[in-house]
Amino acid sequence: MEEKIRVLIAKPGLDGHDRGAKFIAQALRDAGMEVIYTGLRQTPATIVAAAIQEDVDAIGLSILSGAHNTLLPRVAQLLKEKGAEDILLFGGGVIPAEDIPYLKEHGIKEVFTSGASSSEIIEFIRTHVRRKRDDE
Amino acid sequence: MSIQEEAARWYNQVYRKSVEKFPERKPRFSTSFGEEIAPLYYPQTESEEASRLYMEKLGFPGEYPYTRGVQPTMYRSRLWTMRQYAGFGTAAEANRRFKYLLEQGQTGLSIAFDLPTQIGYDSDHPMSDGEVGRVGVAIDTLRDMECLFEGIPLDKVSTSMTINTTASILLAMVIAVAEKQGVSPAALEGTIQNDILKEYIARGTYRFPPKPSMRLITDILAYCSKEVPKWNSISISGYHIREAGSNAVQEVAFTLADGIAYVEAAIKAGLAVDSFAPRLSFFFAAHNNLLEEVAKFRAARRLWAKIMKDRFNAGSKSQVLRFHTQTAGSTLTAQQPDNNIVRVAIQTLAAVLGGTQSLHTNSRDEALSLPAEDSVRIALRTQQIVAYESGVADTVDPLAGSYAVEHLTDLIEEKAAAYIAQIDELGGMVEAIESGYVQREIQKSSYQVQKAIESGEMVVVGLNKFQMEEEPPENMMRLDPAIQEAQIASIQRVKAERDEREVKRTLAAVRAAAASTENLMPHILAAVKAYATLGEIVDEMKAVFGEHKESIIL
Amino acid sequence: MNKDDFFLPHGKLNIRRLARFISLIENNPDEAQAALAQLYCENHQALLLGITGPPGVGKSTLTDGLIAHYRAMDKKVAVVAVDASSPFTGGAILGDRIRMSSHATDAEVFIRSMGNRGNLGGLAPATMDVMNLLTSVGFDVVLIESVGIGQTEVDIMHLVDTVLLVLMPGLGDDVQALKAGMMEIADIFVINKADKPGAQQLQSEIAMLLSLRRERLAWTPPIVETIATEARGIEALTAAIAQHSEYLNSRQAEEKQRKREHRFQRMVQQKIFTLAVRFLQDNQAYQQWAREASATAVNPYAAMRDFENHIKLKWEV
Repeated sequence: MEEKIRVLIAKPGLDGHDRGAKFIAQALRDAGMEVIYTGLRQTPATIVAAAIQEDVDAIGLSILSGAHNTLLPRVAQLLKEKGAEDILLFGGGVIPAEDIPYLKEHGIKEVFTSGASSSEIIEFIRTHVRRKRDDE
Repeated sequence: MSIQEEAARWYNQVYRKSVEKFPERKPRFSTSFGEEIAPLYYPQTESEEASRLYMEKLGFPGEYPYTRGVQPTMYRSRLWTMRQYAGFGTAAEANRRFKYLLEQGQTGLSIAFDLPTQIGYDSDHPMSDGEVGRVGVAIDTLRDMECLFEGIPLDKVSTSMTINTTASILLAMVIAVAEKQGVSPAALEGTIQNDILKEYIARGTYRFPPKPSMRLITDILAYCSKEVPKWNSISISGYHIREAGSNAVQEVAFTLADGIAYVEAAIKAGLAVDSFAPRLSFFFAAHNNLLEEVAKFRAARRLWAKIMKDRFNAGSKSQVLRFHTQTAGSTLTAQQPDNNIVRVAIQTLAAVLGGTQSLHTNSRDEALSLPAEDSVRIALRTQQIVAYESGVADTVDPLAGSYAVEHLTDLIEEKAAAYIAQIDELGGMVEAIESGYVQREIQKSSYQVQKAIESGEMVVVGLNKFQMEEEPPENMMRLDPAIQEAQIASIQRVKAERDEREVKRTLAAVRAAAASTENLMPHILAAVKAYATLGEIVDEMKAVFGEHKESIIL
Repeated sequence: MNKDDFFLPHGKLNIRRLARFISLIENNPDEAQAALAQLYCENHQALLLGITGPPGVGKSTLTDGLIAHYRAMDKKVAVVAVDASSPFTGGAILGDRIRMSSHATDAEVFIRSMGNRGNLGGLAPATMDVMNLLTSVGFDVVLIESVGIGQTEVDIMHLVDTVLLVLMPGLGDDVQALKAGMMEIADIFVINKADKPGAQQLQSEIAMLLSLRRERLAWTPPIVETIATEARGIEALTAAIAQHSEYLNSRQAEEKQRKREHRFQRMVQQKIFTLAVRFLQDNQAYQQWAREASATAVNPYAAMRDFENHIKLKWEV
């Protein structure tokens, strides 16, 4: 039986624009993954709690409100505290290129901004998961 | 009557009367070769059938079914209001940007609020962390509002506020500030978006469940019709629905269906339709396909006029669909941002040829961050160039009669009407939203578009075709992270200086009114004047109304 | 592996480990079997609830209300929310937990979303094992939310003790077909969104169908009205659940025993099927025969008869 890849897609903070997040969720489903979609108004605490309960391989956070420098690192921090930093954390939305190095330094493995295709994201997740499972 | 006879009637009675009130901008509009440009062009036909069809489908501007425009002379007398959405950080910074824009020739203010303000959290609430002052200005108390409008005469400048869940509170604050300026509420001009239904569908800044939210809206409509008669108390929005991925037909259909729901709610609450309907306004997107967009605006006007007349028996002032337009943000790319200037110019043309009453043009760097000052200026100049240099504002509804545009207008009206009939079947818009029907339809369209872009079937210049290597952009707008601190400190100060007893009293009155059928507005106004915070007022209502939980439809 | 492996030194549940083991059950059930055998322990006190019904009736919102109720009684609550996987891609969007978000950070609430992974019957293949796991590690209430679409989604009635069938007014003609098939499943009928027009009518319809049932069973499913979004009717619902639990206990565990037997039969059948498939997949002789038997000129029915006779011989039946 093939092992499914499970991904949590969430929107942290108050931003209500979920068109992109919904699209990614569907694209990942079409690629055979199980997507736990937790929707709007998620806090770092609820995101991490859900990620652990659902034993996801990756977490994708979509944020267009500009609050990414606060919220994304906090999720990474919480994952670390709960001993779950092996969960792949990536982000997307409206995130200026100049903020990406900061985010990468703080636990976000990749940021997919405007113009990134869903196949890029799918490949990224698959590669990471394959590598992790080979290590286990 | 033949078209000639109708035209003569229209010219002599309607047009002439209008020009007396709103004289044309120039004594004469001319071509480059000295020929006069007429206010209106129409078919030169003697055919009875053609005349009948023309009168039925197009008519004359300022007359039912308003296909050709809401007003007889349109831009020949008054150009559309150039209203650029702005506001970020603190009220003081927003105030500075507003003054700059007014100096540059902008004719109305459009205010953006940050997410905590829109959703009803004070800047010191845990949910506000990282969000304060980001997508707009943070307003916690009346003090912030006073700062926002410092030096801006509310009797001379019309203000549009993009605010929904907390519209009642922000409106109350405007009224309170105006009072301090010596301006009576009866003189205030402006708009509050106040369209909660689309929040559940596409925008996400809801707080309370649908029923109490509708009640708040009818309270505002009733209050404004008496106390703030020049205020547009609701801007029924299709922009966000379109941005969420719907197509043009859905944009019209769902927006008008929302409108129907509001009208029905207000009538049910005891208001006479003609007492509030004239102040309903709409808000659409201006997308890329110019011909389709022009058809869309015309179809919307015609369909709404029919709905108001046939379904609600409303008078002519209530049949008129007036709207604000924003160029479509989702069409802009982060790649080769200067291309966006061109996109916005085309979208501006679409809005103007479609007969918009006011327009916001996006800046070229919207896909990257909040726009820089020079980007905002170019966006404003785009409107000014179309207005003064392109000639499209010199005659009314210039594309009328185009085979393509008229066909598309008919088609969009027909398909939108079909959607509305379906929604009626489902029991109305609130039902349709709660069951997820609307969201599913938008999802389908959105997914198709995205797939088409990814496959390259839909070309986006610079993104999936004609790409190039680029340097990362510079001179990006950066928000001062200290804003959150400053705002929190400001709340403490206000709380220290205010009369706590008065605050408690007025807050209790809000809660009591929320639990009864009393109009909430006077109570909210009293609380606002006592310097109760936005969050405190919302919490009183929340205690009675509860909170809405998202229902995901994927 | 035993039960203690799922607990941290200070007695709290190790959520991460629990969650990972559930993934193992889903992905590699054989490997998990040994561990399941070791840590399985009877939990007679556990309340096993099933929630089913057509899409859009508000099952998840109702679950949210039930979680709140049992948490107020200081019970540990686990939820398994099953959703449909795409038959084409195998992927799934699992969104039920959105409506239970108020419990997201409650340490005594565990919510797991599962795709049915092609399994017809309304549940995921791993659901039963996961349910056993959850009761073994001490959850007092386990709620299974199934993909309730129609008459084939009946797995749930054999798995849990009390099945809640959730309906709502205005479902239209589809309800007729639904009701006919679903009557046997429900221990309790829930009319959610009871403020919508047609609630009274729906209640009458259900009551009538119940009265037509051929067997006179000792338990008549009550009909409870709720408005889950306003948390109304939850008290009445949990009272009905409590009554049903009492009924099950009072019948000298007859009903429970029946369900246990059925569950066990299912386990056996599943085991036979898995073993058989694995055996046959690796068996060259069988593969050869299957290839020949399915060739165009051959009569498949004749081939099957031969196969059956062959098996009977081997098994001495």
